[in-house]
Amino acid sequence: MKNLMEHMGVEPGRLQFSWISSAESTKFVDVVTKVTESVKALGPNTNYVKKSGAKG
Amino acid sequence: MESYIGKIKEISERLLNDGTVECVVGFRKGTVALTNEPCMITKASDVQDLVWDENCRLNLANYLTGRKEKIAVIAKGCDSRNIVNHIIENKISREQLVIIGVPCKGMVDKNNPEVLQANCATCLHRNPVIYDELCADLVEEQKEVDRYEDVRKIEAMETQDKWAFFEDLLTGCTRCYACKNACPLCYCPTCFVDESQPQWIGKGTDPIDIRTYHFLRAYHCAGRCTDCGACEAACPQNIKMRHFTKKLEKDCNELYGWEAGLTVDQRPPLDSFKVDDPDKFIM
Ligand code: SF4
Ligand code: SF4
Ligand code: SF4
Repeated sequence: MKNLMEHMGVEPGRLQFSWISSAESTKFVDVVTKVTESVKALGPNTNYVKKSGAKG
Repeated sequence: MESYIGKIKEISERLLNDGTVECVVGFRKGTVALTNEPCMITKASDVQDLVWDENCRLNLANYLTGRKEKIAVIAKGCDSRNIVNHIIENKISREQLVIIGVPCKGMVDKNNPEVLQANCATCLHRNPVIYDELCADLVEEQKEVDRYEDVRKIEAMETQDKWAFFEDLLTGCTRCYACKNACPLCYCPTCFVDESQPQWIGKGTDPIDIRTYHFLRAYHCAGRCTDCGACEAACPQNIKMRHFTKKLEKDCNELYGWEAGLTVDQRPPLDSFKVDDPDKFIM
């Protein structure tokens, strides 16, 4: 999934995957922090956004 | 390859006459120049309509989906690999089929008959991988072709250039869906593009919706696409949508050592789990 998204020009880091068990609370916090940081660093998404007004 | 037709007609006629099959799926002359169209022959007297040359671009596995009768099908290398896919995915059973194999020398580009179609130029499986009869001797397979030069070119681009490349690639797509209709892999009774609850994707030609259609369709073909080129051959706008499927084909090859449709004895990568599956993308 990630590979083709990045291949067509979605920034690396915009799409992320993880696998966290419900017992892994520290991993959850850790992953969320990392994802938030990397997405903040990328700034607002400008590529994969629909520009024509109404939805659908 | 024109010389194949005598043998194709002879085999087809025999199979229809002795009742081995109820119909033969092949090509007949089309109404558009340099394009033969798929046809189903049910009477031995009609086998004269069959043709074979470098303009048989579409993939005949597409016409086998869900059929119940005994069928003979004429199969180039790529068609035969899609037939393997169909057997694995239970879209037809091997017992129903008589596969008339065509050792293929490549189809020519629909807009320039002087050159081979892009996918044929780099095809590694011109001989059918599965067949019951052959209409000619097997051909020598191409060696030392670089299948992924075009993919690597895009991989080397900066993110914004990649975005722009695909923006440009898809300009002109009208969402007519000829590409998915020509593809033997696209047999879902209701395609995700047509669903309304939920509606996954806008229905119009907003560039984002066009892109979403193409990249999601490519994912649905991941590990299954044989690079037969029928999608591009069918496109009235000459869109090169194989740039999507080829990236996934390359990834499947590199990550799982997988080429689609070579054997009925192995489950495809996205349908099986192995402990050593690569998982670099998971945080
Ligand atoms: S992809 Fe290969 S088998 Fe299929 S038409 Fe082209 S050369 Fe022939
Ligand atoms: S890529 Fe071509 S065939 Fe496919 S929907 Fe667009 S215009 Fe139609
Ligand atoms: S996506 Fe295109 S190249 Fe791949 S199997 Fe379908 S029609 Fe053939």
